[in-house]
Amino acid sequence: MSSSRTLYEKVWDAHVVERRDDGSCLIYIDRHLLHEVTSPQAFEGLRAAGRRVRRRDLTLAVPDHNLPTTARTDAAGKELPIADRESAEQLAALRRNVAEFDVPYIDALSVNQGIVHVVGPEQGFTLPGTTMVCGDSHTSAHGALGALAFGIGTSEVEHVLATQTLILSPSKTMEVRVDGTLGYGVSAKDVVLAIIGRIGAAGGTGHVIEFTGEVIRALSVEGRLTIANMSIEGGARAGMIAPDETTFAYLKGRPMAPQGDDWARAVDWWRTLPSDAGARYDKVVRLEASDIAPALTWGTSPEDVVPITGSVPAPDSFADASKRAAAQKSLDYMGLTPGMRMQDVPIQHVFIGSCTNSRIEDLRAAASVANGRHVADGVRALVVPGSGLVKRQAEAEGLDRIFTAAGFEWREPGCSMCLAMNPDKVPAGERCASTSNRNFVGRQGPGSRTHLLSPAMAAAAAVTGRLADVRELMG
Amino acid sequence: MRAVTRVGGTAYPWGAKNVDTDVIIPAHWLKTITRSGLGRGAFETVRAQPGNLFDDPRYAGAPILIAGDNFGCGSSREHAAWALADMGVQAVIAPSFSDIFSGNAFKNGIVTVVLPQEAVDRLVEVAKTDPVTVDLETMTVTTPYQDRYTFALDPFRRRCLMEGLDEVGLTLAKDTVISNFEERLGVERPWIGHGRADDAGLAVEGAGRA
Repeated sequence: MSSSRTLYEKVWDAHVVERRDDGSCLIYIDRHLLHEVTSPQAFEGLRAAGRRVRRRDLTLAVPDHNLPTTARTDAAGKELPIADRESAEQLAALRRNVAEFDVPYIDALSVNQGIVHVVGPEQGFTLPGTTMVCGDSHTSAHGALGALAFGIGTSEVEHVLATQTLILSPSKTMEVRVDGTLGYGVSAKDVVLAIIGRIGAAGGTGHVIEFTGEVIRALSVEGRLTIANMSIEGGARAGMIAPDETTFAYLKGRPMAPQGDDWARAVDWWRTLPSDAGARYDKVVRLEASDIAPALTWGTSPEDVVPITGSVPAPDSFADASKRAAAQKSLDYMGLTPGMRMQDVPIQHVFIGSCTNSRIEDLRAAASVANGRHVADGVRALVVPGSGLVKRQAEAEGLDRIFTAAGFEWREPGCSMCLAMNPDKVPAGERCASTSNRNFVGRQGPGSRTHLLSPAMAAAAAVTGRLADVRELMG
Repeated sequence: MRAVTRVGGTAYPWGAKNVDTDVIIPAHWLKTITRSGLGRGAFETVRAQPGNLFDDPRYAGAPILIAGDNFGCGSSREHAAWALADMGVQAVIAPSFSDIFSGNAFKNGIVTVVLPQEAVDRLVEVAKTDPVTVDLETMTVTTPYQDRYTFALDPFRRRCLMEGLDEVGLTLAKDTVISNFEERLGVERPWIGHGRADDAGLAVEGAGRA
């Protein structure tokens, strides 16, 4: 029996508070992010039982899901009320709860506000080798920095608030290795769509994925965040990427990252985390970069992936009977017919944003396609920066002016059109080219039709009015 | 939590694959600050279709739901489990579940039963006319016929379900081991507890740099 361990096993071992007879463990949680949707009932539970927050210093709350992405203050700087009564109440509940339980909080009006999964890395709250949770399935994103990060339900939020631990059983491990060099116009989003297309929406169930290989190493932290973010769409509760010099350079000097002697000690420890040579995974999947093209989804599951040069598949082309039935239902919902070229599909909406693709590099990629062009007639295109700081950075680079000159709307940070909880929605029967992470039935609004793709591909769709191959607009 | 040892009765014979949490409870129902009342929003998009399973009087109030692979995939929203519980579902049978959903279901006293696809196919057929029983004592799913499928469940979860235990309370009883761990953590990885999140510390120029 070799003592070689994977990244996941090292982080797991470093957080075992107690091993239990049945194999499950009490695991310490280093970082806990809260937002307004999945926390109210957890605070209510604490209140009812007379319990307190055990480690407020390891907790950070920020509103994102419900916030409208229109201006939050009037000309005089006074906060504007939120029209939707229930949204306003949920946001007010978060403010009340963080005050009552004394939890660190970034308010909706702060420049630091943003989507919880953009804020964590940006502030240096997310660190390699930490265990990190949030009542949101896209918490897997933080694994991009080498954290073991995963989404939890509200009962678990309450458990972490009260005890700073969770009872967990070890996951199986899965290596997803992407070798080679990405082709022209191929981005991190295309890589993760290709991965999910390969393993399926349930392919990673019960596993923690470790993304490895030259392609992953060559990506910036932002690209890695896009990949780890969508681990959950492949069924894996967490996806991790070994920390390296790219990670350390990204984190150094961020407000909540370790400073001084602590920084040096932390980096020393972080360097011990990558999987040992000879470490074994329960499952290994390999992809070649040269096989990955700019991609998008055609159906209502993130596994329904096709290259932009491809066509709508025929349900008969699937071997599995239940998949055939699901494909037919998806096509009916999406209003597509088999054999139709993806590039011939017209769109009415474009959404550039979400915790998957709203960081500065995403906005730069979209802006480079939008620059000097104009949003096609009949298309509404939204650009929603992931945080106030991303927005400020983009404005400093003049990206906002490129977008607005091209007819895109430049909005305030939040989850926006990803999930139909705030006013940004896609109307029934209309089609959206979206940089978000889920193309489920009704995800962007009742009856909405979603095609997931990269920021550059979304911009290409906006200016052509149809799903388009971004490579034809580049250079 | 209410103790559960046995769930028996009619079952929704659905069998659909990749039923995501947006289907179980659409996002606009998530703007609640309580756990109750979500049954009204459960499967809203499915219920919008005439002749759907959930409004079929034959299955009204069924305590069991039978579904296909990857049930509960997608969002971590516990509202999905609250909605199922509120509509009276106490057990879901499927070939596989999303990890987050099965945890949420368990926390709300809903038994998630994993059975092979063939068994699920058979139960979907049986449930169209006959009741199904899930028994945590014997760890079996049975029908009035000769069907008898055994299933596995994490022993800790099984015990919590059968005894209706409060997990937070159980863990708080471990306060000393947690405190000991924190003491060690403070020495070995002192930077973990240093993340000051007071507002002044956050508003640092350049945090949004590329």
